[in-house]
Amino acid sequence: MLLALPILLPLLTAIALQLLPHRPTLLRAVAFAGALGILIAAIAILIRVEAEGIRVLQIGSWPAPFGITLVADVFSSLLVLMVGILGTVITAHSFSGVDPRRETFGYHALIHVLLMGVSGAFLTGDIFNLYVWFEVMLIASFVLMSLHRTRAQLHAALTYVGLNLLASAFLLTAIGLLYGQAGTLNFADLARAWPERRTAALDATLSMLFLTAFGIKAGLFPLFFWLPASYHTPPAAVGALLAGLLTKVGVYAMIRVFTLLFPDPSGRMYAFVLVLSVTTMVVGLIGAIGQGDFRRVLSFNLVGHIGFTTVGLALGTAAALGASILYMLHHMLVITSLFLVSGWFLRQKRTTNLLALGALYRTQPAVAALAMVPLFSLAGVPPLSGFIGKLAVITAALDGDHYWVAGIALTVSLLTVLSMARLWDGAFWKPTTTAARVAPLRGAIVAPVGILVGLTLGLTVIAGPAYDLSKRAAAQVLNADEYIRAVLGPRG
Amino acid sequence: MELLLAIVAGVLYATGLYLMLRRRLAQLIIGLGLLSNGSNVLIFAAAGVTRGKPPLIGAEDVTAASFADPVPQSLILTAIVIGFGVLAFSLVLAHRVHDSAGSDDIDAIGPDRRVRTTKPASSDR
Repeated sequence: MLLALPILLPLLTAIALQLLPHRPTLLRAVAFAGALGILIAAIAILIRVEAEGIRVLQIGSWPAPFGITLVADVFSSLLVLMVGILGTVITAHSFSGVDPRRETFGYHALIHVLLMGVSGAFLTGDIFNLYVWFEVMLIASFVLMSLHRTRAQLHAALTYVGLNLLASAFLLTAIGLLYGQAGTLNFADLARAWPERRTAALDATLSMLFLTAFGIKAGLFPLFFWLPASYHTPPAAVGALLAGLLTKVGVYAMIRVFTLLFPDPSGRMYAFVLVLSVTTMVVGLIGAIGQGDFRRVLSFNLVGHIGFTTVGLALGTAAALGASILYMLHHMLVITSLFLVSGWFLRQKRTTNLLALGALYRTQPAVAALAMVPLFSLAGVPPLSGFIGKLAVITAALDGDHYWVAGIALTVSLLTVLSMARLWDGAFWKPTTTAARVAPLRGAIVAPVGILVGLTLGLTVIAGPAYDLSKRAAAQVLNADEYIRAVLGPRG
Repeated sequence: MELLLAIVAGVLYATGLYLMLRRRLAQLIIGLGLLSNGSNVLIFAAAGVTRGKPPLIGAEDVTAASFADPVPQSLILTAIVIGFGVLAFSLVLAHRVHDSAGSDDIDAIGPDRRVRTTKPASSDR
C-alpha cells in the first residue's frame, strides 16, 4: 500500500483541487499539503527499501506477470524522494511566482497530475504501464506549457508537443514489437524470458527504438533540439519542474530498460550510448556559450549535463552507474533551483534576457550570494555537490580505462565555469542598464531556492554516505536476478 | 493477414512521418494521428493474429490456438484512448497557435520571425 501512495496522493489532491471552491489560499494549502504528503511517503518508502530490500506491490493482488506491479528499489525510491522534495519546493515557489489567475485555473491540479505521472514512471514494474505514465505526465506538461497564450509560448509548446508525441509513438512501437516476441510486459518477466529470444536483429531494432524514444525525452544528442527551444518560455515554476524532473524520467527509463533487457556492457549499443553521452556534454556546452538569455543558457547546460547522467549507464560498472545516480540527484536539486532563480528575474523585470538584467548583487547581496551556490555547483566548483558528482563520474571513467571520456568530461566541466561566470556577471554583477528601480525580492520567492541550496549543501556534507547509497542503488539496478526474485518470487 | 497488416503499418508510419516533416500545422497533426494508428496496427500484427476466435478462454478447450490473445487488444484500446486525448489537445493547441500567429506555416509561427500574413499577435502578455 505504501508504494501506491506517491501515485494516489497526487491523484486525490488533484481531484480535490478541482472540486474545492477556487479560493487561492485554500488551493495553496491543499496543494502544499499534498506535495508534503508525497515527500513523507517517499521518505517512508526509502527507509523501508533500505531496511528490507526491494519492495513490491501487486496491484489488485494479481500475481506478478499478469497484473501491474509497482516496484521500489533504492534507485527508484531515491528518485521518488526527489519528486517529493521538488514538488513541495516548487509548489511553495508558485505561491508568489505564478500569477493568481492561473493559480485558480487548475495550475496546482496540473502540477499534481504531473507529479503523479513522474512517480508512476519511477515506481512501475511494467513497460506498458511506463508508457501510460509517460503520457500522463506529458499531457499535464503540455497544458502547463500552453497555459500562457503568448506567441513564444505557443510556439514552444508546439515544438514540445510534436517531438514528445513522436517519442511516444516510438516507445509504443518498441513495446509492441517486444510484446510480440517475448509475450510479456512485466519488467522482471521480460528480464527472465527475453535473453532466450534475443537475436542480433531484434536487439538492434529494439535498442535503437528505445534509445530514440527515451533519448528524445531525456534530451540526448542529437535528439535534444526541442528542449532549449521550449524550456525557456513557461513560468519559472513550470520550467523548473520540467527541467528538474521530466528529463530525468527519460534517463531513468533508459537505465531501467537497458540494464534489464540488454545487460551486456561490452555490446556495441553501450559504446554507442557512450559516444552519444560525451557528444551531448560537448554540444550542450557549446550551445550554452552562444546564448544571451538566462534560461536558454540553463537549458543548454541541462542538456550538457544529461550526458553526465547517461555516461554511467554506458560505462556499465556499478561505480560508474552509482556516480551517475549521485550526479542525477545533485543535478535535479541544482537545475531546479536555478530555474526558480530565473523566476526572480521574471518577477522583477519580466524578462530573463541577460542584457536587461544585472546589479542584483548591489541591491541584495545576500540573495545574490544564495544564487551563487547552485550556479557554481552546476559548474562543479569544489567543494560543492557538483564537484563530487563529477569527480565520481570521472574517476569511474578512468577506472574503466576510458581516458578520452574523462578528458572530455574534465574539459567540459572547466568550460562550464565560464558559462556560469557569464550568468553570474550578466544577472548579478554588472551594472544594470535599465534606469528604473525594481522592487526588492521578498522572502516568499527567495525561500524555496534557499531550501534547495540548503539541500545541495547537505548533499555536499554527506557526500560519502550519499555516494555509498547511490553505488548500492546502482549495484541493485545492475543485478537483474535480485529484481526478478523480488517481483516473481523465488521460483523466478 | 500478418503481411497485409505489416504493409498497412508501414504505410501509416511512412505517411505519418512524411506529414510531420511538412510545414503546415494541420499536416503535423494528421501525421501524428497516422503515426499513432500505425503503432496500433503494428502491435496487433506483431503479437500474432488469431482467426475467428474471441479473446476468451473456453470451459474445456484451453490451448494457445483456441483463443485470441487479449493483451494486445487491451494495449491497443489503451493506446487509442490516449491517442484520442492527445490528438484533441493538439488540435486545440494548433487552433490557438493559428489564432495568435494568423498562419498555419510552422516556419512563420516561430518567435523570431517577423513574417505575419494577417493581424499581428496581441501584446506579449
